[in-house]
Amino acid sequence: MSNPQRLRYSKEHEWLSATEDGVATVGITEHAANALGDVVFAQLPVVGDTVTAGESCGELESTKSVSDLYAPVTGEVVEANQDVVDDPSLVNSAPFEGGWLFKVRIADEPDDLMSADEYTAFTAG
Amino acid sequence: MSNTPPRHTALDTLHRSLGATMTDFAGWDMPLRYASERDEHNAVRTRAGLFDLSHMGEITVTGPQAVDLLNYALVGNIGSVGTGRARYTMICRADGGILDDLIVYRLQDEQFMVVANAGNAQVVLDALTERAAGFDAEVRDDREAYALLAVQGPESPGILKSVTDADLDGLKYYAGLPGTVAGVPALIARTGYTGEDGFELFVAPEHAEQLWRALTDAGAPVGLVPCGLSCRDTLRLEAGMPLYGHELTTALTPFDAGLGRVVKFDKTSHADDFVGGEALRGAAERAEAAPPRKLVGLIAEGRRVPRAGMSVVADGEVVGEVTSGAPSPTLGKPIAMAYVDVAHAAPGTPGVGVDIRGTHEPYEVVALPFYKRQK
Repeated sequence: MSNPQRLRYSKEHEWLSATEDGVATVGITEHAANALGDVVFAQLPVVGDTVTAGESCGELESTKSVSDLYAPVTGEVVEANQDVVDDPSLVNSAPFEGGWLFKVRIADEPDDLMSADEYTAFTAG
Repeated sequence: MSNTPPRHTALDTLHRSLGATMTDFAGWDMPLRYASERDEHNAVRTRAGLFDLSHMGEITVTGPQAVDLLNYALVGNIGSVGTGRARYTMICRADGGILDDLIVYRLQDEQFMVVANAGNAQVVLDALTERAAGFDAEVRDDREAYALLAVQGPESPGILKSVTDADLDGLKYYAGLPGTVAGVPALIARTGYTGEDGFELFVAPEHAEQLWRALTDAGAPVGLVPCGLSCRDTLRLEAGMPLYGHELTTALTPFDAGLGRVVKFDKTSHADDFVGGEALRGAAERAEAAPPRKLVGLIAEGRRVPRAGMSVVADGEVVGEVTSGAPSPTLGKPIAMAYVDVAHAAPGTPGVGVDIRGTHEPYEVVALPFYKRQK
């Protein structure tokens, strides 16, 4: 598996796209999706919600367990991926593409987001 | 839990080469899944799946009084098991609490193989050894003697037929016979834990890889895939089969678990003829007069998944506890088994829910199993 260079990564295994007009897309990494197994239910933050970096903003339920979804940055949710709500398996089949989770207008971001190479090393450790 | 390093089956290297996600299960490093557990589940329901179950604990009991020992040590009537047949049974404490659920195979007139759950194998071995005192019978730890592979699913008879001359048509459900499979000596049993037709193959560990590869080759054209413990759990849950540590514990008797039928009283001429017998007579009477909580099925109306330990609720009151829960690939909805107060245990009882992290999610009460194969 390879982590796209164009993204940044959190220790909770979320990815964050480059921003366009202050808005970035958030998803979970392939590493995280593989660890979860088949995702069967996604509870995503709602448009208008304010999410806080490092805090839970939803949950992903898989066959074996439920996992919190953490916000990698602080900001206002401007879109949630209805395709994932309808078909949570997108998180497994295309975690970096069609399986994105929500878009956030960034108000603040932590200084410990990782590059692709740093994240790859992080998950190898 | 201890810090003992995990044990590995004879197929460990093979699992890793297949890219399996491994998990600790009862002290064993076992395949959880190879790819998608839902795809593995569906393969077993519609085609076939291949499992490594070498963590299961085999105990051999032999001798002129092997039957007497097993009748004394277990709750079932082992004397009524014919040679070449198998029986689902339980071993209980003197107070009737369940130590483990077991399958006992009668391999010869005076030779039995007891198969225990991995997590309970030592407990069962110790109990059988202790209970063997005074019987002319030997209890032998054969956990290292066997690897166990299972082929499960509607295509499994055809797959197995292509690699053995053994008379599979004559091998009924819950029967076992020695034979040769893919050139390897095996005990071929028509048993499983998936709700499908299928076979369990007990072989020497050094033969496990050869057998695995032969079954993979024979099964691939009809859609057999390697399967991990994750789908084994959802398969057995759909089939309404109990899992020790979830539906079965030392705090419950077989009657509490709705499995009183496995207990056979008066199987010999002695009055107090088996360990737990006296307590279980009381449990049987209580189950008849004032039944305790009942094991039921729950089907979610929503999409949030119930998990073991969550409360079953009705009118704001706790009326039961979930023992197993998972998204059901066959039903397309979350399902659970739960012990529920009798007042709320009837199928269709309105207003029953599960407290999922503070939210009362609505659930339909149903009779078990959730899934029964068409024969």
